[in-house]
Amino acid sequence: MSKATVADPRSRAGSRLRGSLPPLARLVGRQPIGTAFVTPYVAFLVAVFAYPLVFAVWMSFHDYFFTAPGAGVPHPFVGLDNYATVLGDDQVRQAFLNIAVFLVVNVPLTVVLSLVLATALNAKIPFRSFFRAAYYVPYVTASVAAVGVWLWLFSDGGLVNSLLGPLAPDPSWLVSSTLAMPLIAVFVAWKQMGLSVLLYLAALQNVPRELYETASVDGAGRLRTFWSVTVPGVRPATMLVVILATIVGANLFTEPYLLTGGGGPDGASASPVLVMYQKGIEQGDPDVASALGVVLVVCVLAISLLSKRFLERGDR
Amino acid sequence: MRRTVTGTALAATLGVALAACGGGGGQDSGAAARSHGPIKVWYSNNAQEVAWGKAMVAAWNAKHPKEKVTGQEIPGGKTSEEVIGAAITAGNAPCLVFNTAPAAVPQFQKQGGLVPLDDFPGAAHDIEQRTGAVADQYRSPDGKFYQLPWKSNPVMIFYNKKIFAKAGIDTHNPPLSTYDDFLATSRKLVHSGAAQAAIWPAPTSEFFQSWFDFMPLYAAETGGTQLVEHGKPTFDSPDGRKVAAFWHTLYADGLAPKETYNGDSFAEGKAAMAIVGPWAIAAYKGKVDWGVTRVPTSTGAPLAQTHTFSDAKNIAMYTACKNRGTAWDVLRFATSPAQDKALLEKTGQMPLRHDLAQTFPAYFAQHPEYKTFASEAQRTVEVPNVANSVKIWQTFRDAWEASVITGKKDPHAALHQAASTIGDLAASQ
Repeated sequence: MSKATVADPRSRAGSRLRGSLPPLARLVGRQPIGTAFVTPYVAFLVAVFAYPLVFAVWMSFHDYFFTAPGAGVPHPFVGLDNYATVLGDDQVRQAFLNIAVFLVVNVPLTVVLSLVLATALNAKIPFRSFFRAAYYVPYVTASVAAVGVWLWLFSDGGLVNSLLGPLAPDPSWLVSSTLAMPLIAVFVAWKQMGLSVLLYLAALQNVPRELYETASVDGAGRLRTFWSVTVPGVRPATMLVVILATIVGANLFTEPYLLTGGGGPDGASASPVLVMYQKGIEQGDPDVASALGVVLVVCVLAISLLSKRFLERGDR
Repeated sequence: MRRTVTGTALAATLGVALAACGGGGGQDSGAAARSHGPIKVWYSNNAQEVAWGKAMVAAWNAKHPKEKVTGQEIPGGKTSEEVIGAAITAGNAPCLVFNTAPAAVPQFQKQGGLVPLDDFPGAAHDIEQRTGAVADQYRSPDGKFYQLPWKSNPVMIFYNKKIFAKAGIDTHNPPLSTYDDFLATSRKLVHSGAAQAAIWPAPTSEFFQSWFDFMPLYAAETGGTQLVEHGKPTFDSPDGRKVAAFWHTLYADGLAPKETYNGDSFAEGKAAMAIVGPWAIAAYKGKVDWGVTRVPTSTGAPLAQTHTFSDAKNIAMYTACKNRGTAWDVLRFATSPAQDKALLEKTGQMPLRHDLAQTFPAYFAQHPEYKTFASEAQRTVEVPNVANSVKIWQTFRDAWEASVITGKKDPHAALHQAASTIGDLAASQ
């Protein structure tokens, strides 16, 4: 309360100073060089993210399709029609269901594996630098190239099925309605692991050594120490990894497009972004695609907020 | 989140950012049709067509220094249609694209991106004279030509003679004309271990994949019926069901794999047969000793009565073009007998001429393996030129994948349901 009512003398002085500045100086502020450095990025954000986002929201409420300049086609307001089309579309519902499957497999896998690996890589093990670099390689490898390798591994006559022999699934991984999406989730977990491990490694540096010493004095074993010291100590990183994994899942496109031949089999691995591409670009319905995009953004925001709240509650 | 926003706004970015470069769509069409000057054209990016495109442009420029043509390959993208669609929206499409897919024409037309060629005196007559009755398939519902029928790739059955011989099958006249023959031959090929697959069409869900499994056989079975005629779907019929049952057997019996092959299964000897047009011959050169035959029908119709899918690519003029007079002249030049002969020689693809074999007798005498394609080119069936063309094909493909390929649904019921949806799509604008 008192903080809110007592004005900061520095800000008062700042206001007085700004008030006495000429208009140009007022526009660029007291640090014109800083403003000059920031402006291009702000312009980039506005042009590439903010304006298209606002325009996409506008499109989602209108009957809109791309036309040649000067074609003079009206774009009447249609209210929630595009949203009704999206929500009533079986293909869209299937795509959201697929993403739910993806998240259920991918998020826990990413969190658990990267935390375990980061803990191992944080310890004094031989070739530690090599392993740290090795886990990061998939993250910086082009998705198309990585998909090529996985196709070779998981195709019907691929290496994995050859090793499994009679235990190989039938139908095979990429053409099985049950296995296609979980396999994509595993692929993405593997590909993104480098970043998650890096985030956890950074977080592990911030866990106070004293906590480990105290746990040791209290007689805690390695597993107990990991569970009671490491896991709570890296909770902010866990939150970040969960949110990033959710966003990556929501943006899934390359993997269903290439790994399972356009979201197959029979739409079992189609993602909302793939459906957006089909409707907006291939089929010429950018208004419906925009509505789907808006729904997707809202869902991602909701899941991210829920994850944040859930993990923060654990922090208290 | 940033990537999600980017994804959400992809369409908007196309429409808005590119539109800033635009211009030209709203000019007076009469004046533009009479205007002459430099123009730009795009052609396909396969090596053979690039060679033809460069030679054609050079030949034109040598004779018309004041109306210079600048040619280039279609810029890279997931598909040519996406790139052309974006260019229409941006207003920077070239004057002519020598690779316009007939299925994309209704959408480009709706976008206001195409010039009706009927704007030019005698154009419709010229098109009909060159292409014959087949040209009618390329008229839009308003009766105008927004594309010039250029070249077709009649889809046929290629077979690998070496693999057939290994399986003990006649390589000169293989038993492939009826569905029963085809299935028996396929079983022999796979069960003998001569090939991993009898045939390996892409089992994926892209809207255009049905042009290379269902459509050629449906055209043959029905004697030349399109997927949609007079605004009504035609495939929910005994003939459509026969074709679906044939492919369903191939998939169910493991004669055609349900998984995509990453590469060219025929060129690499994994599949004994391929269903494709003559453009692929260049890819098989030196790799496969191939033979070619018509697609099968339930009764084994002879070649002279067998229709197939055209897999045509046409030439369209785009509204961003200012010097349309020159563009029309280039279009006529590029489809003259001399240029058609050059196209045939360089690419092996069939110019959409009604008198193809008679116009180029020397070529077919020197290349007897192409005679079958020339004959079949007279009986090609095109995708229907109707609104929502891509949506219609995607609906069909989804039903096909769910029933014929994966077997999750009954093909009869799936085709029936798809026909109902497609009927609505064809009726709406």
